[in-house]
Amino acid sequence: MTSVRYLEALRQGLHDEMERDPRVFVIGEDVRQGIRGITRGLFADFGPERVIDTPISEAGFTGFATGAALAGMRPVVEFQVPSLMFLAFEQIVNQAQKFSLMTGGQARVPVTYILAGSGARRGLAGQHSDHPYSLLIHAGVKTVIPATAEDAYGLLLSAIRDDDPVALFSPAAVQSSRGELSDDRPVVPLGTARVHRRGEDVTVVAVGHLVPVVLRSAEKLEKEDISVEVFDPRSLLPFDHAALVRSVAHTGRVLVCDDSYRTAGFGAEVAAFVAEECFESLRAPVRRVTRADVPVPFSVLLEDQVVPTQEVVVTAIRDLVRTDKLQS
Amino acid sequence: MTDWSMKSIQFYRTMRLIRRFEEEVRRLVNANEIAGVAHEYIGEEAVATGVCAALTDADILTSTHRGHGHLLARGADVNAMMAELFGRTTGLNRGRGGSMHIADFSLGVYGANGIVAAGAPIAVGAAWALQARGRPGVAVTFFGDGGINQGVLAEAMNMAAIWNLPVVFVCENNGFAVTARITEMSKVPIAERASSFGFPVISVDGMDPRDVFEAASQIVSDARGGSGPHFLECRTYRYVGHHTAEATMNLTYRTDEEIATMRERDPLVVWPALMIKEGFMSDRQKEEIDAEVDASLARAVEFARNSAEPLAESAFDYAYASSDFPGFPAPGWRHAL
Repeated sequence: MTSVRYLEALRQGLHDEMERDPRVFVIGEDVRQGIRGITRGLFADFGPERVIDTPISEAGFTGFATGAALAGMRPVVEFQVPSLMFLAFEQIVNQAQKFSLMTGGQARVPVTYILAGSGARRGLAGQHSDHPYSLLIHAGVKTVIPATAEDAYGLLLSAIRDDDPVALFSPAAVQSSRGELSDDRPVVPLGTARVHRRGEDVTVVAVGHLVPVVLRSAEKLEKEDISVEVFDPRSLLPFDHAALVRSVAHTGRVLVCDDSYRTAGFGAEVAAFVAEECFESLRAPVRRVTRADVPVPFSVLLEDQVVPTQEVVVTAIRDLVRTDKLQS
Repeated sequence: MTDWSMKSIQFYRTMRLIRRFEEEVRRLVNANEIAGVAHEYIGEEAVATGVCAALTDADILTSTHRGHGHLLARGADVNAMMAELFGRTTGLNRGRGGSMHIADFSLGVYGANGIVAAGAPIAVGAAWALQARGRPGVAVTFFGDGGINQGVLAEAMNMAAIWNLPVVFVCENNGFAVTARITEMSKVPIAERASSFGFPVISVDGMDPRDVFEAASQIVSDARGGSGPHFLECRTYRYVGHHTAEATMNLTYRTDEEIATMRERDPLVVWPALMIKEGFMSDRQKEEIDAEVDASLARAVEFARNSAEPLAESAFDYAYASSDFPGFPAPGWRHAL
């Protein structure tokens, strides 16, 4: 076991995969200098053929990656902030994602998109605080969002080795967190959830950086005799439905904590799934804690009114469990 | 036979095949045998014919929404193309792509594309990958005059320039982006706009397959030799609507007189007449080609009609290269756990 920071685990994962597979290269803005941290040092190790700085042309270099993938390479594209994905949306969801079906399986597009420093970062305001994973999964793009260093390493490897486009969100709020990376450096398969903590009263589906927030909330609520199961999907699409069904069958209550917009967001999808497929297990309505449907305001005080905070999470769990637990 | 005699016959055969293929497609769309719409290449045949004749097996290309001509000129199987338009499993894309996404990766054709100029950055990336893998290929990306106003084309041209990649940007300037004239939508002529990226720009008569071929051959050979990207504008014209449905729309963006004037330059009339006059082709050879093309199209339509429809339960096939996850992709009405 080695203790590593989340960002270092991603960097290590990328490094190991580039060493293992000569088809893997990384492309994006300022990746030679590695200003987001993930690619730091790779230029020295792999040179200009495999660490490629691009012009400020997000749609262009995203399409470039698709073309390189079609011609046999395995590109890793870094977006410096997730909002830049909006400029490349056509090339991701309408080109790369659709090529396989549209060509009747002639084409494969093994591209990995790294959405670095995703989510709000205190004071970065409207255009640098987005968390647009719900948009990608809505368009069918395989999407993962590791919450720990170990999952960051293991999911990045799975993303790069997958033969389809895969987006990996790296939430700003966990990038400096530390975790244990076991010496065998396991690959984490897509579509497998991780239960961080077993509980009896409620399943809290926590996405990305909300995993540590929910874990802290669970510790706090233990003192109030509320037992929380912390369910981390890790892979939003494909999603581990079977694991969630098992968890809900045990707890009978579900809260989704999802830092993306509320309307038609990931939380809405989980809530709809649970309502459709787990109705008999439910003892209470499914609840959601999400980002509000507004851009993140600059003022830090206002930001806390828009994005999910620990205070809101604790209250939501308490309300959901107490409402009927006290009655019974 | 001289080289030019062979080429002139080959050019005529390819152009004739494209013209007749598109005429058949129009008929079959109107007869509801082919679903949706198709964007016909009628009038622009000399461009695909001349450019593709300059390519080798090592080269790749990205096409446009008006893509049948590029595939035919690249030598795609006519039966499999027609079957694709019929939505059959024997089609190039197994009935999943249709006219707007028709592709043949075995010929390096990365597909027609429903979004204007979207193939440009894809071609640039493919050219880079070919180079990185030590392959000799050149990437050709086709787009129309409408594509010149897409930001992603400028991004792609700049990337090809700074990395000195073997990419040929072929602008099929047919004068119209759907119904809007290029002269209304660009203050500066296309070739002039393209000239600022730091690589050579050539403009040729896109109604003459020899002009197109000679320019393309030089450019492709230069690009293969390491001279970096090139831009080739082919001035052409489409004789029919933006797509098969336009005939019913009563649009007024151009006059019948204008079309009639341009019809005087029809490559399917001018080219064979010139070649016969100059002694490179005989009347009889032309008649034989016409008959061969018609017969091959009749066979293609029969092949398509007799080919199997996809199975209903195969609707999700090919959505992902790897989809070995329970309940994935999600069906439309209920999760299968």
